[in-house]
Amino acid sequence: MSLRDTARAAPTLLRVSMAEALAYRAEFLVWMLTSTLPLVMLGLWTSVAAEAPFAGYQSTDFVAYYLATLIVRNLSGNWVFWHINEEIRTGALSLRLLRPIHPFVAYASTHLASVPLRGLIALPFAAVLLYSSASDRMVTDPRLLAVFVAAVAGAWLLTFLLLATIGCLAFFIEKSMAVFDVYAGMFAVMSGYLLPLPLLPAWVGRVAAVAPFRFMLSLPVETILGRHTPVVAVELLAAQWLYIAGAAVVASLVWRRGVARYEAYGS
Amino acid sequence: MRRYARLFWVQARASIAIAMQYRVDFVIQGVMSLYWLAWNLVPLLILYASRDVIAGTWDFSAALVVIAWFTMLRGLLEGAINPSLVDVVERIRTGSFDYVLLKPADTQFLVSTTRFEPWKLVDAVGGVALATYAFWLRGHAPAASDVALAAVMLVSAAVILYSLWILVVSAAFWVVRLDNLTYLFTAVFDAARWPVQVFRGVWRFVFTFVIPLALMTTYPAMAVLGRLDATTTAACLGGAAAFCLLSRALWLLAIRSYTSASS
Repeated sequence: MSLRDTARAAPTLLRVSMAEALAYRAEFLVWMLTSTLPLVMLGLWTSVAAEAPFAGYQSTDFVAYYLATLIVRNLSGNWVFWHINEEIRTGALSLRLLRPIHPFVAYASTHLASVPLRGLIALPFAAVLLYSSASDRMVTDPRLLAVFVAAVAGAWLLTFLLLATIGCLAFFIEKSMAVFDVYAGMFAVMSGYLLPLPLLPAWVGRVAAVAPFRFMLSLPVETILGRHTPVVAVELLAAQWLYIAGAAVVASLVWRRGVARYEAYGS
Repeated sequence: MRRYARLFWVQARASIAIAMQYRVDFVIQGVMSLYWLAWNLVPLLILYASRDVIAGTWDFSAALVVIAWFTMLRGLLEGAINPSLVDVVERIRTGSFDYVLLKPADTQFLVSTTRFEPWKLVDAVGGVALATYAFWLRGHAPAASDVALAAVMLVSAAVILYSLWILVVSAAFWVVRLDNLTYLFTAVFDAARWPVQVFRGVWRFVFTFVIPLALMTTYPAMAVLGRLDATTTAACLGGAAAFCLLSRALWLLAIRSYTSASS
């Protein structure tokens, strides 16, 4: 399977995946609704900040932060962990292995195809962000906007690779769900999903500064809100893509090891 | 009634037997509960590091009681409700729900008792421990009458949670591929860890009346803190009863429109 063949198959794969995403609208909507946590946090922190600014954050800062979080999360989130895990468990993976295309490419196309739909759902939030009092928190510097776009793409890829790695753990252990739970807990706190990272207690903040989680959410959010200077933003972007390169190596290693010992269940 | 009690025992025994086979789960479950408890406390600690009281009356120890209640109920949700939910949604999708319908017992009863995960009891124990710590911080034990009221509220909370679940399962009859519903349930339920008074406007309305999270954690916590007045209690119990009836009605409607997957 050469790269050229993959590239030739990609448009069709994406079209099929898009049709699938449309066919299972209800399931899709449920996935979307599971990521409304930022709205809850938005409600919480705006009413806390309405009494008095919290650690330098005013109500508008929280509104801008959580709306941006919701949008970035919508664009960069995927659930490939669940997808791979399920297919290994049920044996549906066997079919994929027969096809002349790397399953990672197929998974990636399924999850990429949902991005336009997810973007559609994020649109109203983006509109609020752009046309409410929160809009003056956004940057207009084209350099930062460029970093933002690259960082969102990177966030998607990093999430995909890390989740695919955890999904592949189902080849080796029965309780890969517990590993995902550990990941989810760390992600919620250290990616900026629950709280802006500067609000974290110092010791968690130090870990969060070097862990990969902030590159999956906090980096694009804080870039678009102008909390990084262009120089720092580019440095962080470079760090993000380093993480992506590392995650790609780990994911393909785990995958290769896993497939070697895969025995389809139920066969 | 006796027959149903026996049926319940048979199904529960099967779940316990399965749980005993996977004893390592007990350890994993315990570790994971502690882990989530720790992460759950992070936003609370951050909030109370710079505030003494939020929303008028909620100090740190009072908010801890809400989290304790939330932890207990989450144990109930993941131990007694979610496992059956996954099971019945899968059955509706594959068509093996037909066999459940054929059994000579109430279908709603059968599907709600198919599967339990007893190890989730660890969460309930964790919740009680957290509440004990909160009251130690407050410096006095709750009054016996308040504990009794809280027990009543626990039943009403469980009824609401269960009714919500039945409503969600009923939806699965119309929109078939909904195997991710448990995630939605957990995600929405997550907001219940905060006292509802912390929210304003739309949020408070939604969490009180539409998805009555307030009735599940805030009001029971207020009961054990001795802050719940009689009117609110009556409204809570009425709300629980109404939810229960509504879910039963929708369930019967859904069953009637079930057309099996294979035919």
